[in-house]
Amino acid sequence: MIPLSWFLILSAVLFLIGVLGFFVKRNIIALLLSVEIMLNAVNLTFVAFSSRNGQISGQVFVFFVLVVAAAEAAVGLALVIAMFRNRETLNVDRSNLLKW
Amino acid sequence: MILKMVIVFGGLLGAFAYLSLVERKVMAFVQMRPGPNRVGPFGLLQPIADGLKFLFKEQVQPTAANPWLYLAAPLISIIPALLSFSVIPFGPALQVTDLNVGLLVVFAVGSLSVYGIVLGGWASNSKYPLIASMRSSAQMISYELSLTLSVVGVLLLANTLSLVELVRSQEGTWLGFLPKWNVFLQPIGFIIYMIAATAESNRLPFDLAESEQELVSGWHTEYSGMKFGMYMLAEYGNLTASVCIATILFFGGWNGPSFGPDWLVMILPTIWFILKIAVFIFIYVLARATVPRIRYDQLMRFGWKYLLPVALANILITSFLVAIS
Amino acid sequence: MIEVMFFFFAALAIGAAINVVVQKHVLYSALSLIVLLIAMSGLFILLQADFLAVINVIVYAGAIMVLFVFVIMLLNLPQDEDGADRLRWLKFLGVPMGLFLLFMILSTIWGARTVDGVEPRLVGSPEAIGRSLFTDFMLPFEVTSLLILIALMGAVVFAKKEL
Repeated sequence: MIPLSWFLILSAVLFLIGVLGFFVKRNIIALLLSVEIMLNAVNLTFVAFSSRNGQISGQVFVFFVLVVAAAEAAVGLALVIAMFRNRETLNVDRSNLLKW
Repeated sequence: MILKMVIVFGGLLGAFAYLSLVERKVMAFVQMRPGPNRVGPFGLLQPIADGLKFLFKEQVQPTAANPWLYLAAPLISIIPALLSFSVIPFGPALQVTDLNVGLLVVFAVGSLSVYGIVLGGWASNSKYPLIASMRSSAQMISYELSLTLSVVGVLLLANTLSLVELVRSQEGTWLGFLPKWNVFLQPIGFIIYMIAATAESNRLPFDLAESEQELVSGWHTEYSGMKFGMYMLAEYGNLTASVCIATILFFGGWNGPSFGPDWLVMILPTIWFILKIAVFIFIYVLARATVPRIRYDQLMRFGWKYLLPVALANILITSFLVAIS
Repeated sequence: MIEVMFFFFAALAIGAAINVVVQKHVLYSALSLIVLLIAMSGLFILLQADFLAVINVIVYAGAIMVLFVFVIMLLNLPQDEDGADRLRWLKFLGVPMGLFLLFMILSTIWGARTVDGVEPRLVGSPEAIGRSLFTDFMLPFEVTSLLILIALMGAVVFAKKEL
């Protein structure tokens, strides 16, 4: 029998890794991948709670998170392609035209 | 359980090897020539000779290739092809496991097999494999949609995702002689499934990814030896898995008239299953020998503009008919 | 036995997540994310959510990640440029801040758990999810179809060469 707290700790650690990746990486696609890690950690929390409390709505929410992740990945990657066409680089540090 | 797995997967690998012989012989007879008949009687030892050749051949690896991905890509190709057989029932109690969502597991591992091709082309780091793998993966993910949508009609009729239950829902006959197969209830779904499954396994007429006339050998140009052997096994494995799912979903799986003494009744369902698979494989090989290859833009247009709307219309009509009855 | 499988999938998930962050070439990060998704599917199966596990593989690992891999191969960049590493000293601040974030997350969701060691009371069958999706969650379901349409139009507009 696996206690619920193990799943919660695992999902918190994964979320933390996603956040750290989002802060540290300079490549835009790597940033998008870190966001996907965070979304997956949240999915795990949803499913863990839904399984322990006996309600199915947690798993239905995972569906919606999945749909939103797909939409966000599609639009994000289109933006990445547009940005690459203009700038020839994917480094976010170089996209600082609006800086003072 | 372990014994079942060993028997199933060992037998399957041998069956895939002999499938290559079947394909060569049938294509040869269509083209009015004898085919392999030197090695053993009627060429029956040819696959063993081929297997030994693959094992002993020198594995040439391009210098600029990515070593980890170059090694991993054939593995990623063959593991899904074999995994999908873990849920397929060959007889009334003959499956490795029966999952609640068995049909979706087959589609899930099918969608993972795209990576074998994409990474194979990328890791080879040369022109022809890259073009071929990009084309092939675009083709596979486009036809994957029509594939999954075409079976929704069958699922609406059977109300279950488990493959064993799908076979059981097609037992019996109507009017005493017409078997209760789903192909009579869902003919359009069956046709869409066959077309999409041909595209998923990269067979003619959808095999421009490995067309010998245009792209040397497609995404496995730079592969030799056992890695190439694994790609070949994976291709036949995907073909056989699609054919098995087609028989289970549309043609009643292992259902068939049972007669004779007790020992015959026990193995008769498996014999019916193998007979049905053999008919479909024959049709596939015949299609490879006769139909020309489709151009890439024709293929994409067909997949998105014709096949997908027809699959959606099929679902719509089926759900309407199920709702009013 | 179940604990062994949990530790295997958990170690695989954490290893894959760390690999996503650590790798220099973004293609390896994407492939590690695919491994993470497969580990997630394993964990979902341990939680009796088998339909979601398979859907995770079909949709996330089989479609979204293919999109990522396509774009990475299309743009074909070499390894990460080193750039101006102005924030070198901030990285050492990252570890205690990270642990602080972990503590905050855990303290928020720790109180919501029910009694440890209770059997899972739910089997995530497709029928249960479908029933809930089409009765309680009908409005969000229809709205997500609009959302996907908007994302589709947005992606096509952004990726065009000239509008």
